[in-house]
Order: sequence, then C-alpha cells, then structure tokens
Amino acid sequence: MPDARISVPQEAPRGKPFEVRILIRHPMETGYRTDDTGKPIPRNVVTMLTCRYNGETVFSARLSPGIAANPYLRFFVTARESGELAFDWVDDRGVRGSERATVTVV
Amino acid sequence: MRIPDRRLSRRRALLAGGALAIAPWLPARADDRDIANIAALAAFLAGRRPRWERMRLDLPGLADNGQAVPMKIVVDGPFAPGPYVKAIRLFSQRNPVPEMATFEFPVAVERVEVDSRIRLAGTQRIVAVATMSDEALFAAGADVVVTIDACMDGT
Repeated sequence: MPDARISVPQEAPRGKPFEVRILIRHPMETGYRTDDTGKPIPRNVVTMLTCRYNGETVFSARLSPGIAANPYLRFFVTARESGELAFDWVDDRGVRGSERATVTVV
Repeated sequence: MRIPDRRLSRRRALLAGGALAIAPWLPARADDRDIANIAALAAFLAGRRPRWERMRLDLPGLADNGQAVPMKIVVDGPFAPGPYVKAIRLFSQRNPVPEMATFEFPVAVERVEVDSRIRLAGTQRIVAVATMSDEALFAAGADVVVTIDACMDGT
C-alpha cells in the first residue's frame, strides 16, 4: 500500500555528502480526529523510517503525528561506494513499506 | 594629563556598567524560557544545558495552515575529525505529542541538514536539540504564529 518517491543524485563525488529526498504517501492520521459519524479515527502514523546504504544504516527518523501527512524528509548521506540506498518504514498498524535507489560514486 | 585620565575612567565605568546590565539578559533568556515551557524538552535535558549556537531551526514566522509547515534544521560544520552529530530531536510546546521527531545519524556526515513538514497545533515555540558524538548538546528555537491549527486535539 504505502508507496514513496525518492530522489537521489545519479552520480555523487566520493567522500562528499549527497542529498536524499523522500516523500512517503501516508495519511499520518493523528488519532485526534473523528469520522462523519463521530467515531474516533485511530492513530496511524509512520513511526520509523530507516535509510541503509549498502546494508549499513546511515539515517533513521522516528516520527510522530507532529509530522505532516505524506511525510517528506530531506537529508544528506556521505558518498562512499556505488551501490544501493534502501528505505524501509513502518506505521502504527505494522504496515511496512520499502523503496530502493541506486547511486554511482565517481 | 589629568583630564584624559578622568574621561577614560568615566568611559570605562559606563562601559562596564552597560555590560553588566546587558550580560544577564542576552545569552540566558531564550533557553531558560524554552526549557521551562516545554516539559518534554526539560525531561530530555534532565538538567543538562545545551549551547544555543551552531544550529539553526528555520520555520516561517507566520503559518497560515498548521497542517504542513516547512521546517529546516541545520547544524554548522565542520565536524571531522571532531565530534559529529549523532541525533537531532524536535520538541513542540503545544502539540499533544511534544516529541515531534528524532533524526539519527549512526554514521558521521559532514553536511547536517534535515528538512521536513510539521504539524502545529497552534501558535507556539519549537526547539531542536542536537546531540553530538561526545554528548555535547546544541539547540535552536523558533516561534511560529499559526492562524489555522492542525486538527490535533479534537476541538
């Protein structure tokens, strides 16, 4: 279900930080809203996102309802070797999502 | 010879008096107020005092809509070969969940910037605290006036 858009540079100079942007499609339901019949809508937010670079965790984020719907993050990772960035996230319902991106280090 | 001496001493006295009057206000104001006003921040700090420098928290001064407010955190380098940023925590003064986010950097990176979009339940102060690999703490705060709250408290 949850999908994401990821933006990393195709090429990154070795040893330098490169920009990573990720936008996950997710309602980030706060748990404080009610539906049309007045029933509370249970909280469901992406609680954890990790970014692994060739298997090593280089960034992680613990999120709360204080992060807007369709959570967006931009951060930097140091270019070491060409390879794969793997993004994994999980929400309050235990639904997991993941996405991959490749980067070539020059 | 006596006239310049007297002028000098009076100037010195005035400068010293002025510095004494301003000194307690300038650096201490923001942090004391923030730590006292945000319980979650006080709990995290547990008596430790961050330095209110080297870090920037960019938020718009006025947000029309609290549902998605662009936020940018920057910690100024250089870091290598010294301590690097291990984690950045974001605290809200008024949101029902005051610990808004924690960003962790298990591997040192020279450029520390995190952008996101946050929800704000009303006009408030937001504080970001960076924990360095040597446990030093840096902090920055920002005030946001919110005209339409994020619908967070069921009201």
